[in-house]
Amino acid sequence: MADQIYNAIFIGSIYALFALGFTLVFSVLDILNLAHPALFTLGAFTALFAMQQGVPAPLAVVLAFTVCGLAGIALDRVAFAPLRRRNAPPLSAMISSVGVSLIVIRLIQLKYGPDLQSYPRGSLPAAVFSLGGLQLDTLRAVIIGLAIALMLGLTYLVRRTRLGRELRALAENPRAARLLGIDVDRAIAATFFLSAGLGGVAGALYGFATNSPYSQMGLNFELKAFSVMIVGGMGSIPGAVLGAYLLSFGEIASLAYLPSELRDAFAFGLLFVVLLIRPSGILGQRAVDRV
Amino acid sequence: MEELQDFLLAYQTTIGFIGINALLALSVWLTLYTGQLTLGNAAFMGIAAYSSALLTLKAGLPFPLALACGALAAAAVAVPLGATVFRLRGVYLAIATLAFGEVVRVAILAIPITGKGQGLVGIPPKTELWHIFASLAIIAYVCARLRISRIGRSWAAIREDEIAAAGQGIAIRRYKLGAFVLGALIAGWAGGLAAHFNFAIQPDEFAFSRAVQILVFTVVGGIPNVFGPLLGALLLTALPEVLRPLQEYRDIFQGVILVLVIVYLPRGLVTVFELRRTARLRTVGAEDVA
Repeated sequence: MADQIYNAIFIGSIYALFALGFTLVFSVLDILNLAHPALFTLGAFTALFAMQQGVPAPLAVVLAFTVCGLAGIALDRVAFAPLRRRNAPPLSAMISSVGVSLIVIRLIQLKYGPDLQSYPRGSLPAAVFSLGGLQLDTLRAVIIGLAIALMLGLTYLVRRTRLGRELRALAENPRAARLLGIDVDRAIAATFFLSAGLGGVAGALYGFATNSPYSQMGLNFELKAFSVMIVGGMGSIPGAVLGAYLLSFGEIASLAYLPSELRDAFAFGLLFVVLLIRPSGILGQRAVDRV
Repeated sequence: MEELQDFLLAYQTTIGFIGINALLALSVWLTLYTGQLTLGNAAFMGIAAYSSALLTLKAGLPFPLALACGALAAAAVAVPLGATVFRLRGVYLAIATLAFGEVVRVAILAIPITGKGQGLVGIPPKTELWHIFASLAIIAYVCARLRISRIGRSWAAIREDEIAAAGQGIAIRRYKLGAFVLGALIAGWAGGLAAHFNFAIQPDEFAFSRAVQILVFTVVGGIPNVFGPLLGALLLTALPEVLRPLQEYRDIFQGVILVLVIVYLPRGLVTVFELRRTARLRTVGAEDVA
């Protein structure tokens, strides 16, 4: 039982990290970035590549953040910026992100193939510690701690710093933000860097915990992230965190009553119900019915 | 003549899937033309594929009857679904229909008669190429006529401005639902054809990536008229075959082409041919959706 709770906290933290990056781009630019799962996968494989070269795991996570962050900026330059310049609709951006996602996944497959990989033996901590009579593995504990630190860091950044204020202004109204002298291009680049970086770290950490990164690992997270964002409130950062843990605990709890192949039904059933009862989500403020 | 036969034989699968994908693209075009972004058509395809395949396989129903039952089953699910989800719009509508698709996939995985994860195999291969293209011709013609009928103009009015359309006395919810259910019917028909074309189906075929793929056909082809989805399905289904010499770099080129088309022809490929005819076309496109 306690084991399951530990697992729920772990998987919820990964959901949260993934959904935070997703929701950040959506709240600032109104884009559903379908290349986010590809960046998640890229994070896991960046860490894999680095560790195969003998880089220690913590540094590999930092590398995953940086590489994916830069890839996020590149993604924006290639797939979104040209559309923004001509005022294209969010739907176009969604489609071009599908294109980029194809490219990234294929590039990863060219290097590593479609099969499960594993991190070099001994490069990840295998120790366990006991807490109140429970045997818990250190790796997941560290991952949970790091994920929570990142969530707090992002919240601080958005709420308290100058950059965060710029991002919020941009989300509110891009034209007004530009008129107020905000460097919109820089703010957008920062959004993509943070979003993709968080996605990459989530991928690396999830890859560590399962020790089996593979090229399609992001897909399931993408669908879960939709659920997380809707339940918590589209574009809301605390909402995404809340939604992530609600989902992970709900999934674990549902396993007690449902056969395991129905586990995914919980996420989408929940999503559906929330959309019908309260489409703005638990912490969302945006009006859904604008007309 | 012989060369044509050789060609048909060699590329039978690809040609068949061009037709099936064109049907699917038309099915999502109906809702896109009404300005609504829905992603449930892969699931409708799946519902119909499974029900029609089970009917021919287990109940021994004649093929045409099974196809019709499959399509009707998809439409029957679409009615209550549409009635509930069309209170949402934009990305919320898209995600709600996507969630429905996942629920269908999980349901297929959970019901024993569907063969669960292994899927259904040994479906009688009854679909001939002419079945696919005859239905495509009829359905495309019906859609084209619908577009310029009162119904089609009401759809366009809803896409342009819902409040104004309501002010004109258009029953918005009913017209949206109509487009949605008709789309489900077409997707279902395509699903039945696909199941009996391939002789095996799996739940994953009708999941998220298929839903996105169908959307990509239509958006890349263009929304202004029915040639858009047809063109999009034709080019994007044939593209992997054409790019076959590139082998493992194929997906990369596909991705590049997708990005280039969206960036340089944001209203779809069809605008290349139609741009000059009327300036109006330039104002209809993906941007009117969501």
